[in-house]
Formats: sequence, C-alpha cells, structure tokens
Amino acid sequence: MPRPEAVLPDTGSPGTKKVHRVLRVNGEDLEVAFAPHKTLLEILREDLGLTGTKHGCELGECGTCTVLVDGEPQLSCLFLGLDGEGVEIETVEGMAGPDGPHPLQQRFAELGAAQCGYCTPGFLLVARSILDVDPDPDREKLVDELSGNLCRCTGYLKIYEAIEQAAADLREPGLRKGGGKR
Amino acid sequence: MSDKRHYKLVGKSPRKVDGLSKCTGVTKFADDLFMPRMLHCKLHRSHVAHARILSIDTSLALEVEGVMAVLTGETMPEPFGILPVSQDEHALCIDRVRFVGDPVAAVAATTEEAAYEGMMKIKVEYEVLPAVYSPEKALANDIPPLHDYGDDGNVHKRVSMEFGDVEKALQEADIVLDDVMFFEGNTHLAMEQHASLAWMDPDGRITIWSSTQTPHYLHRAAAKVLDMPPSRVRIVACPNGGGFGGKSDPFNHEIVVAKLAQITNRPVKIALTREEVFYCHRGRHPVLMRSRMGLKKDGSITGLHFQSLLDGGAYGSYGVASTYYTGALQTVTYRIPVYRFDGVRTFTNKPPCGPKRGHGTPQPRFALEVQMDKAAEKLGIDPAEIRLRTLQPRDSVTANWLRIGSMGLGECIRKVVDGSGWKDKYGKLPRGKGVGLACSSYICGAGLPIYWNHLPHTGVQLKLDRGGGVCVFCGETDIGQGSDTVLATCVAEVLGVDLYDIRVVAGDTDLTPVDLGSYSSRVTLMMGNAAIQAAERARELLAKAVAEKLEIPVVRLGFAENRVFDVEDPEQGVTFAEAVVLAESKFGTIGTVGSYTPPPSPGRYRGAGVGPSPAYSYSAAVVEVTVDEETGILTVDKVWIAHDIGQSINEVLVIGQVEGSVYMGLGEALMEEMAYRPNRFGVHKIPSMLDYKSPTTFEMPEVVTYLVEDPDPNGPFGAKEVGQGPLLPMMPAVANAVFDAVGVRVDEVPITPAKILKALESPNLRHGPGAFPDLGVLPEEIMRVKTQEEGGDGKSDKAFVRKSKRGVDKGEAVQK
Repeated sequence: MPRPEAVLPDTGSPGTKKVHRVLRVNGEDLEVAFAPHKTLLEILREDLGLTGTKHGCELGECGTCTVLVDGEPQLSCLFLGLDGEGVEIETVEGMAGPDGPHPLQQRFAELGAAQCGYCTPGFLLVARSILDVDPDPDREKLVDELSGNLCRCTGYLKIYEAIEQAAADLREPGLRKGGGKR
Repeated sequence: MSDKRHYKLVGKSPRKVDGLSKCTGVTKFADDLFMPRMLHCKLHRSHVAHARILSIDTSLALEVEGVMAVLTGETMPEPFGILPVSQDEHALCIDRVRFVGDPVAAVAATTEEAAYEGMMKIKVEYEVLPAVYSPEKALANDIPPLHDYGDDGNVHKRVSMEFGDVEKALQEADIVLDDVMFFEGNTHLAMEQHASLAWMDPDGRITIWSSTQTPHYLHRAAAKVLDMPPSRVRIVACPNGGGFGGKSDPFNHEIVVAKLAQITNRPVKIALTREEVFYCHRGRHPVLMRSRMGLKKDGSITGLHFQSLLDGGAYGSYGVASTYYTGALQTVTYRIPVYRFDGVRTFTNKPPCGPKRGHGTPQPRFALEVQMDKAAEKLGIDPAEIRLRTLQPRDSVTANWLRIGSMGLGECIRKVVDGSGWKDKYGKLPRGKGVGLACSSYICGAGLPIYWNHLPHTGVQLKLDRGGGVCVFCGETDIGQGSDTVLATCVAEVLGVDLYDIRVVAGDTDLTPVDLGSYSSRVTLMMGNAAIQAAERARELLAKAVAEKLEIPVVRLGFAENRVFDVEDPEQGVTFAEAVVLAESKFGTIGTVGSYTPPPSPGRYRGAGVGPSPAYSYSAAVVEVTVDEETGILTVDKVWIAHDIGQSINEVLVIGQVEGSVYMGLGEALMEEMAYRPNRFGVHKIPSMLDYKSPTTFEMPEVVTYLVEDPDPNGPFGAKEVGQGPLLPMMPAVANAVFDAVGVRVDEVPITPAKILKALESPNLRHGPGAFPDLGVLPEEIMRVKTQEEGGDGKSDKAFVRKSKRGVDKGEAVQK
C-alpha cells in the first residue's frame, strides 16, 4: 500500500506557467519549479517535502509558519517563493546537526515546551534567532520577541524555561552533547 | 498514601516519547500527508443563516480545468452526529442550511487552486427562512424549528431534576443569594487547522487519516454515512496539533473526502482554512445562568437551585451531554445537601457549540464560585475559610448521587492561600490591586460511554519482541497532552524496561483496540489501568519462565533496568530480552491484553449518566490583578494554582497541563468570545486569529503550581486527570479579584475593560445580565430523586413520567 508520507510535486494551478528557481534551504541548493504565486510556506511543504514548517492561519497572524531568512524570522505564509532566491532559508529540519538535535530542540522536548508540537517549529526558529545575537537573553526579551507566535497548549512558560536552559547549554557547550551547527 | 520512592518512572519527568520527533519537524500531522495522484478538496459553504436549498448548479464547477468531481448532499442521505440521540447532521446539507458556514457541496480537483475555483463557481439557490440567534428568542418558539426533533420548537433539550426539597432548604437558610450570570461562548483555536486525507484501496477498503480526537466515533459515523461495513473502514488519528475538544465530533469534511475518494478512485485531502475552523466550532456554549443559594450564618449551604440556558447553535453535537454537565458537578466541591437543576439547550442559527476543555462545567463553575465569594462577603467570612468549612467529604455520595473517592481540595486551598500570602493581601491591597480565589473539580472520564453498552471503554494490547522491545497498541490519541507517554510509562513501570524501548501504536481502528477517545479527561485513568493490566499479564508470563530457569519462587522476582532478577540476590537474573525468549519458548508468542470499564455509579435516575466518574480531580487558584479605573484595563499579575492529581505519571507533563489550563482559562476570563452579526445572517464577526483575541506572551503572567498527590484507589498508580480541571477556577478567580481590587462585580465572562467601566459607573457597582427567562419547566416535568440522606435508592420517584418527545430521540440515556 502506498505510504502517505511520499511527497509528489504539486502541479500548481492547471494552466499556470511554473517558474524554475534554485532556493538555498538549510545549507543546500535545491532546484524547484513552482507556480509564481506560491508562498515560501507552500513551496517548502508541497514542493520540497519539508513539512516541518506548519501553518495556523496562512494570513500572517499566528507565527506558526516562521522560518529564518538570512537569520531573521519571517512568516513563510506571507513570503513569496520568488523572493526566496539569493537568501539563506532555514527550517526546523535544518536545526539538528550530525551530533543530534540542537540544544533548543533537546530542551524543548525535555522540559515540556512542546505539547502538541504544532507551533513548536516556529518557536524554535524565533528562539534560535534570539540566541544567535544574544546568548543570555532575559525573560523580558523572550516575552517581547516571542509575542508574535501563538501557542495554545503551554501558556508559554515552559517555552521560556527551555530557551533559557538551551542558552545556558550553548554558553558552556562542553557540558552537553548536541548539535547547533549551522 | 503510596510511597513514590517505589516507582522507577512514575512521578518523574523523563522526556516524552514523541518529544524529539515533535521538535525536529518529523511528526506527521494530517495535513503533512501527501499521496501520489492526491486530489484536493474544497467545501462550498452557506452564506445565509437559515434557508431551504431550492437548487444547486454544479455545471460551471465541473468545467474548471482540474476539477475531477463535485459532490452534493443527496449522495449521502444518512444523518450522523456524535450522540445517538442527535443524529442531525449530514455530510453535505440536503434540503436546508442552518448557519453561515454549513457545507452544501464539495469539489475535488488536481490542485487546491482548481478546487477553490470550482467551489466558487457552484451556484446555490436559497429560499431564506427566518433565523434565530439568541436562546431567549429560540425559547419563544415563534420561528419554524431548525430540526424536526427535540423537546419542542427550537428547544433541543429541557431537563429538570430535584434532589430533596430545595424551596424548603432555601426557607431554612439565613441568607439566600439570587444571581443571574452569563458566560459567553468561545472556541478552542487549536493551532492546527483540521485536515483529513482519504484513500480507497483497490481491494475496497477505505482509510481516513484525520486530525481527530475520537477515531472510534469517526469510525462509526463514516461507516454509517458511507454505507460501508465498519470492517472496511479504517480511521487513523494523526497526532493532533491541539484539540481541546474541537476535534472530538465526527465532521462533515472527514466523511466528504472519503466519499470523494470512493468516487474518483484517488486519494483526496482537505485542509480547512482558519475561517472554516471557526465555522466547525463545537466550542464553549454561551450559557445564561441563575443560581439561588441558601446558606446558614456559619457558611454551610442549605440548598442550591441552579438554572441554565444554553445557546446550542445549529446542531446537536454533544449538546444533550453539555446541558446535563451545566448541572452535574456543582455538588462535588462543597456540601450541597439539597439540589435542583433546570437546564434548557436551544437551537440557534449559528455554528454548533459542543465540548471545549471543561465541557459544560466552566460556565456553572464561574457562577458558583463568584456566588460563593458574594456569600463570604455577605456573611463576613474569609472566602478561603467558607470553602474549607463546606468541603464535600471524601468517600461520600453527593445529593445528586455522585460517588466521591479521594478529595484533595482542602489541601489545594491551603497551598494557594499560603503560597500567595492570601491573608496579607485579601481586602488589604491598595485600591486597584486585588486577589481572588476560586476552586473547581472535574471528572476523570465519564462513568458511562456515549453508546450505552457493556463493553470496555479502553483496551491495550502488548506484543513482546525477542529483542526486548515492547510494542503497545491502544486506540488513544495524543492531542498534545502526552497520552503516548502516559501509556509507555505505565507499561515500562510494570515491566521494568527503558521508556524508549516501548513503541506506541495509537489511534488506528485497524491496528489498535478501541479507546473511546481523548475527551472527558478519561485517557490517563482508563487507558492507564488497561495498560497496567496488560503489562502485569505479560510480567506474569515472563516471571513464570524466569522463575523456572532461576529455580526460585515467582514472588522473589523483580523487574527493573531491563532485567528480571532475584530480589534477594540481584546478581542472579536474566536480561529482559532473555526473559522474553524464555517465556516465548515456554508459552509461544507473547502478547497480552488489558481493558478497563469504570465502576457502576449509584445514581439510577434518568440523566444520572452525566457526572459519574471513577474519580474527581480538584483545583484551587488565587490570582492577583491590577485594575486601572480610568481605562478599565485588567492585568493578571500572578497566579498560584494547586491541583489534586492523585499521583503524577509524568510531572513535567502534569505541570504543563496545569499551566496550559491557566493560560486558556485566562483567555476565557479576559478576552475570548465568539461574536456574530444578527443583522447580517448571523455571520461570524471575527473568524480570524488576529481578531479573535487570545493571550500572547504579553498577557501570560507568572504561574506558581503546586501538585497535591493524594492517590485515588481507582487511578493507575493513584493518578487522576489534569487536562481540564485546572482551567475551571481561572474565570471566577479573576472576577473575584476584580471585586477585591475595585469593589465591582462583573457577573459575566469575558471580563473586558468596557464591562469593568460599566460596572464602575453603575449605581449597584455591577455589570451583568438582568433577568433570567422562564424555561418553561412544567411541575410534572420535574424529576424528583430522594437523596441518600432521605433514604433514597438513586432512582427517581415513580410518579415522574417523561413527556413524549418529537423526532429521533429514542429514549436512550446519553453520556459524554
């Protein structure tokens, strides 16, 4: 029986001429053909099989579809695929390194920061962008930076704890095995 | 009290078994599934609230390039619904639409864009009918009924039950409080939009992968509507990206994609837009309530008469159970010796209401806890003290015949009173600052199933692998609450194996034994007990084989650290994998099963099916708030909450449920509401995540959580529920804190700045509903049940004869 995980390229709207582009995603150059109106969210999920990026509204309201573009959080549902050329795109799939999950992923999993796990990729990537510029963010900064991401399960508190613990891990990388390589 | 030190895993906080999958993008939710040749489905939904369908023209849709099929309602005439007494929905509306958003037709196309274009080209001709948007107007019965069943007109359900003589009890009271309060409807807003994928295999079996909390009930509904034997229908519940009750009904779209897969012979997927999720709803019922409570000067309650009027929306959903739930659990926290409940649920032309976290009990809990605060103020007793004086005793039976086992509410109250510094704050903070206290209780699973039968509510199956792996099969569905981890933990604890050596196969009607679903906070208690039974049976087989090999009695064997050993000489033993090989050599293939059925309830009257539970969880909360009297802006500064969990299975997950409940409760208390435009076909005002306000990081305060562990004899390792109960005290605690801060009562949820300002400006320093309508309960319709104290036997008086009803109500009792 066919496995539902198998991803086939979406043919786009019938009659719509596709564009052919190379997008740099998680450090790899990926060739992809897509209808020009498609968003980065749709291309990642439907054309590249990177379904780790989720959607909660597709209107830029919930933060769930956040990816990093040149290290900055971007709502992939409002980001046209055509604008994805010549930039570095990072998704949740790219966070784990050869040594295993990124400390943020490890701590989110351990400390209850992911309940249903649906908003988690978006939170992880915003958290990563915070820690890239501030290795020791205070709680106020986390509240501020994460305010565009909705989570209905956790009440956010465990998410703060996980980010703070991961930040501590990254400040002293010898203490803990983990990924974290770009 | 059990001794926690004996547990290897239970009560500790190992990483949840699916934790890293969820944090690396590996977990597949329903919309993450793609299949070769998969079609996309879009639903054409009604834009009018109430109308007869005169004609549907699908010809233009079929001309759109890429459209492979268009479906209308007459192809699926069989009705469905979650409750056997409310089979009132159709996969697609056949002759009538009942709310803006009711689905009328469906399109399957090679791309989502083509499906959308086709959907837009469907033309439906309507004859608009008068619509009703409020339960008060529905009670008046001056518009044609939405349905041809129900109690009368647009009254879906009317119940009235009295335990003892309430009017006499109120006369004997020193004070009687009479309050009318309102709880606005709100929705689950799970981050994942509902999605389903269906596929018909060449051998004629259909599979539906779906974001559902209740694969078993979807199995029933899909087989019924598709007119297929259940043996040919397979439901796979994907991990849910949040549920909160919003994915526990069988839905139109789940059945529609299955039908389209049959017709097109291709896989068909649908992912609802966020706007459509608002139309699916099944969220919190708006409830208008009147509560009359009599108390003695010492704070003891003489009796309570509680009335509720529910705005049900367009369909039945869980509504009959919801109605009973607005009257069921008032009695399990404080001793209420005499009790009467009247409840009415009406149909209105709005998206259907159903179960949201707390199902039917947050609304009355709000009214009861605010009223307790008012009673304390009137009697000059501290709000914590009045509650401690009136606690329902453990191991008791309530006036409405609910059997209480463990009861840790007193300890919960003491924890939050001490932790918050309540005694130095209540009535003593500067104006504009205040503290409020409220309590609650919730069931740990309904005592009776939705379909009345004698079958187990849950089953667990184990398969032991020669390599030492253990595969656990159970129909439970992980909706984020961590049920996969609870299941694995219970098995690993009994067998003494590593948690990550357990493989969980869940929520698949082909592969797993039935579990009724992730609702009514039933999973940990019921599935946990079944898992322990299955694991103990496996352990017994292994123990016999190992005891023979080691030549020691079975009772001397221990199971820990993936070994089976002599507890008197731990060096003597075998690995767990060796134990499996020994047992398999002796007994053949090793597989065991366990199941769980709740104990019978003492209540035997009609309606007694709602409320009984193997155990009740308890919570108490104190919130501290700041109220700006100029703007009315209310800020919650800090929350202290204690929850009587019985015994944590995984402490981090338990605290996560408590914090998540606090968060969701604060959303309901402060801002969340479903709002409609009665002047524009009852269209939803704000079907988006931006306009439907929910708490962001900015609104979430610090939370201090205390767990009270008073193991319940009916719980697995003593465990009780935590997913829903801790939400309940938040709304009344906030209302009570507002009163402490600025001396006004907002008898209505959500407590918005505008309402606080109105209360501050009103002469009686209150904002809330005024009159409560006559529910139309005739004296002969009041079911009278003697309480245990009166020498009753749990049955209603023989004089009570139920009025005959219209339509499909088959007279079966209903539970959730």
